[in-house]
Amino acid sequence: MESELLLPDTADPVAAEFWAGTARGELLVQACAACGAWRMPPRPMCPACRSTSVRWERTSGRGRVWSFAVPHPPLLPAYAALAPYNVVVVELEERPDIRFVGNLIATADGPINEVDPATIRIGEPVRVVFQTVAGVALPRWVRA
Amino acid sequence: MTTRVADRTAVVGIGQTAFGKGLADSELSLACQAVSAALDDAGIAPSEVDGLASFNMEADREVDVARNVGLGDITWFAQVGYGGGAGCGVVGQAAMAVATGQCSVAVAWRARKRADKTSRPWAQVSQRITGHWQWSRPFGLIRPVDEIAMLTRRYMHEYGATRDHLANVALAFRKHANRNPAATMHDKPLTRDDYMAARWISEPLCLFDNCLETDGALAVVITSAERARDCAQPPVLVHSFAQGLPPQHQTMTNYFCDDPLRGPGWTAARHLWANADVGPADVKVAQLYDAFSPLVPLSLEGYGFCARGEGGPFTDDGGIEWPHGRLPVNTSGGGMSEAYVHGFNLVLEGVRQIRGTSTCQVDSADVSLVTSGEGVPTSAVVFTKAR
Repeated sequence: MESELLLPDTADPVAAEFWAGTARGELLVQACAACGAWRMPPRPMCPACRSTSVRWERTSGRGRVWSFAVPHPPLLPAYAALAPYNVVVVELEERPDIRFVGNLIATADGPINEVDPATIRIGEPVRVVFQTVAGVALPRWVRA
Repeated sequence: MTTRVADRTAVVGIGQTAFGKGLADSELSLACQAVSAALDDAGIAPSEVDGLASFNMEADREVDVARNVGLGDITWFAQVGYGGGAGCGVVGQAAMAVATGQCSVAVAWRARKRADKTSRPWAQVSQRITGHWQWSRPFGLIRPVDEIAMLTRRYMHEYGATRDHLANVALAFRKHANRNPAATMHDKPLTRDDYMAARWISEPLCLFDNCLETDGALAVVITSAERARDCAQPPVLVHSFAQGLPPQHQTMTNYFCDDPLRGPGWTAARHLWANADVGPADVKVAQLYDAFSPLVPLSLEGYGFCARGEGGPFTDDGGIEWPHGRLPVNTSGGGMSEAYVHGFNLVLEGVRQIRGTSTCQVDSADVSLVTSGEGVPTSAVVFTKAR
């Protein structure tokens, strides 16, 4: 069933560095090498100065829950088997305008349906962990 | 020199098929039936059609419709993207083409066989996700309802909107559908208890916060305001039109900009009202895109009917219900209770209100707003009565 989960194309040239980072246990954000502006999701050009030069900044890996949803079926089979599960958007502690979609999990190797959705609160502090699914290290979040 | 689209063109024909699930006819057949009906309604021969506007998600192309309906020399054709954001877009693009002389009779349509479960776009994703979806789908945020549920939870948190507000939306549209014999939910009343007891689809959204899944097609015919005076139906002027794509917007997963709850509707509204002789206070009836109930309070805010965060309370006390609400909304039942054909049925209802032929007809409806998808690059149009 794990193999049927949707996975990012880690060879995508715009995003490959991000996924290389998660594989090393680092949560990276793309930054403009010319003006320094951070941007998420990654993209080829800096909307602040139009440079195409990029660098990757290491983040604290700490953040707060910005919002969350709890999907129920009908879903793709691999996700229906886990439903209801949570999906969170996390804003980065040091840069609240930088946000990531992920899941709140109870333990670093736990499933995405382990946390009781009724206990999730917008604003609660979380920290990133990395779970390897079919060879891809996905960033997920545990309570800080 | 600037030239406004205002009042230079009119919708002179509307046509639609029956709405249903598992209709026997093909999508192309439905499209052609709707276009044909719209031309008959206008009293215009197919050979006179020389412009075509369609959604870029339309499965059947201009050549197919033209060959079937027997259209003439087509001198202008264009498509608009972003699914439900395109409804008013194709109408406005057609109006611009007529106003600038690129064609003289334009047809815009939408046909869809969405009721079949296998036609759901989210069920057809490939397993390795590229582009911007790779930042959401691998985490189980897969369907449009999941993506909007995320924004809805934040909206409730920031502004105090409640499930009762969302229920107000669902119940108002159902009441309107109960008066509309063409509506899918014509014979099915809905109570607040039904709403609160419904199963979750993606918390905080339940079954009745979602639009229907519908097979069907609709079309409109647009020509010059001058010619419209001689057509079979009373002209419905295209008074103002706008599209909207705000800075740093990301379609459906708009979580990455400074103010995610200020969506494309705000951008469209700014241009729409700046180029109109009327404003929100003049609008007598509105058709607001309702793939999901929370898009309605957001659109009430975006198009200037209330302040930020007041879209929920605006729906209280029958605020969006016909006939006594401060602004009757989705008077045919909308996407949630009439039919979901990517919001194109909202366009036809906006036209009927100006004609005076709605089953929830607003008295002296001389200014009628229609909007397209909030949450995606969008569009909106203001129809007015010819004086």
